[in-house]
Amino acid sequence: MYRQAKTGKLLIEILPGKCDFCGCCVGVCPEDAIELKEAEISIIDSLCTNCSKCVWSCPIEVIKFNKEGVLA
Amino acid sequence: MTDIFDIIVVGAGPAGSMAARFAAEQGVSVLMLEKDRDVGYPVRCGEAISKKGVEEFIPLDEKWISSKISKFSLNSPDGTEVVIEFNDSGFILERRIFDYELAKTAANAGALILTRAYVNGLLFDDNRVSGVKYEFRGEQKEARAKIVIGADGVESRIGRWAGIETFTDFRDMECCVQVTASNIKIDPGTLYFYFGKNVAPGGYFWVFPKAGCSANIGLGISGYEGKKKSALSYLNDFMEKNYPEVPVLTSIAGGVPSIPTLKKISAPGILLAGDAGRQVNPLSGGGIASGMIGGSIAGRIAGESIKLNKPDHILTYDNEWYERIGKRHEIYNRLKNGVYNFDDERFNKIAKSFSNVSADKRSLGKLFAIALVNHPLLLIDIMKVFI
Ligand SMILES: Cc1cc2nc3c(=O)[nH]c(=O)nc-3n(C[C@H](O)[C@H](O)[C@H](O)COP(=O)(O)OP(=O)(O)OC[C@H]3O[C@@H](n4cnc5c(N)ncnc54)[C@H](O)[C@@H]3O)c2cc1C
Ligand code: SF4
Ligand code: SF4
Repeated sequence: MYRQAKTGKLLIEILPGKCDFCGCCVGVCPEDAIELKEAEISIIDSLCTNCSKCVWSCPIEVIKFNKEGVLA
Repeated sequence: MTDIFDIIVVGAGPAGSMAARFAAEQGVSVLMLEKDRDVGYPVRCGEAISKKGVEEFIPLDEKWISSKISKFSLNSPDGTEVVIEFNDSGFILERRIFDYELAKTAANAGALILTRAYVNGLLFDDNRVSGVKYEFRGEQKEARAKIVIGADGVESRIGRWAGIETFTDFRDMECCVQVTASNIKIDPGTLYFYFGKNVAPGGYFWVFPKAGCSANIGLGISGYEGKKKSALSYLNDFMEKNYPEVPVLTSIAGGVPSIPTLKKISAPGILLAGDAGRQVNPLSGGGIASGMIGGSIAGRIAGESIKLNKPDHILTYDNEWYERIGKRHEIYNRLKNGVYNFDDERFNKIAKSFSNVSADKRSLGKLFAIALVNHPLLLIDIMKVFI
């Protein structure tokens, strides 16, 4: 089962266990589609449009564009 | 604990702590909520600040001063170094302790502080913000307040929930990585900056000395550049070339919204301060001092508004911030757009011309003057500072 983004299949993936929780991606997300807690991060499927801005901004390359889609 | 307050501050960084303190000093009830376990940790910062920037808010204390700074070393892509001494000294902080002490000043003024409290929504009454929803020890809770101050950093979402558009265009986000490393042999009183497309395109690289031969070594690049090569790759390249095999004590990522302040930093029942309101100096990326100033103004105005029982008084915050700092940041932003668009050759040329200026005549002003010869359009912007 693939996760569903606002615009279809969710294509944005945060590599598990790799995030530094810095908030850079949250600051650039136009859709408010990233939830960041002390040591927990997730994409809110219903808001994400797969625009990839978070992918380009992550300083340590832990958000990836996955053209296959992200499994639930 | 009662769940009704006059003012709730979200985020316990420098901006939040100053907001909480200046509000509490007005004799109103204040609660500050912080999502992390510890105030001041993790430190996502180069920790440089001017003496003037700190002194306004807290008496100097050796326990959070890691090193004292009196020189800038600016390094162009071809290796030309320009050294500038400045009269008004600065510091590299130990922010882990500094942020903690700032929060203590808020507590001493009467503010309550709760850590591990993650704010995940706002409460509204007639379109007016009237409190927050938050998660605390696995439980969903609510707290009401007449005014909420969002000081929740670069990752701020509070403003958006209140209808203020706060997200930063990815091209204006400086995406940063930094390591704190030891055995770094540099002058302990100098801030080192490196420019050029191979070290930090659309930004700069820094090496800031800390106590005991350690240093904060990092860089910021525009998100536009990050599309091609990440900040982390640039850092790895630099470390390999200049400091192979030094012991690394910490490494962190971070984002600096390098834009002028948001058009709107207040709305009914809510104010935004610090990185949340995009109050960072867009040229240097420095946001500790400006965040404290923003927070202090927000806190004071919020406290006054409660005491006067005039809810709309908080809307004067935008103007007060603009007059004190916001106006200046607009000018710095135009300079940034000029400077960060320089190609390597121009950086080299400026550094070379500057080397010909005798040491006692070197100043940032002179450096800008030389930069201007290379890029006359900047002159128009600098002139605006004076009119
Ligand atoms: C790599 C790097 C280097 C830097 N170097 C310098 C420098 O040398 N000098 C300088 O002046 N500035 C520097 N800055 C900028 C500076 O760190 C920031 O501008 C400054 O920390 C902003 O303070 P603040 O209080 O607005 O936000 P922060 O210090 O980020 O504090 C925000 C707080 O809000 C909390 N929070 C966020 N969301 C929630 C929520 N939903 N609920 C509860 N709490 C929440 C966070 O956990 C955090 O503690 C640097 C930044 C980076 C990334
Ligand atoms: S892809 Fe775009 S909308 Fe989705 S989380 Fe990233 S920045 Fe937000
Ligand atoms: S930008 Fe990267 S490291 Fe930072 S919070 Fe987002 S995913 Fe994590």
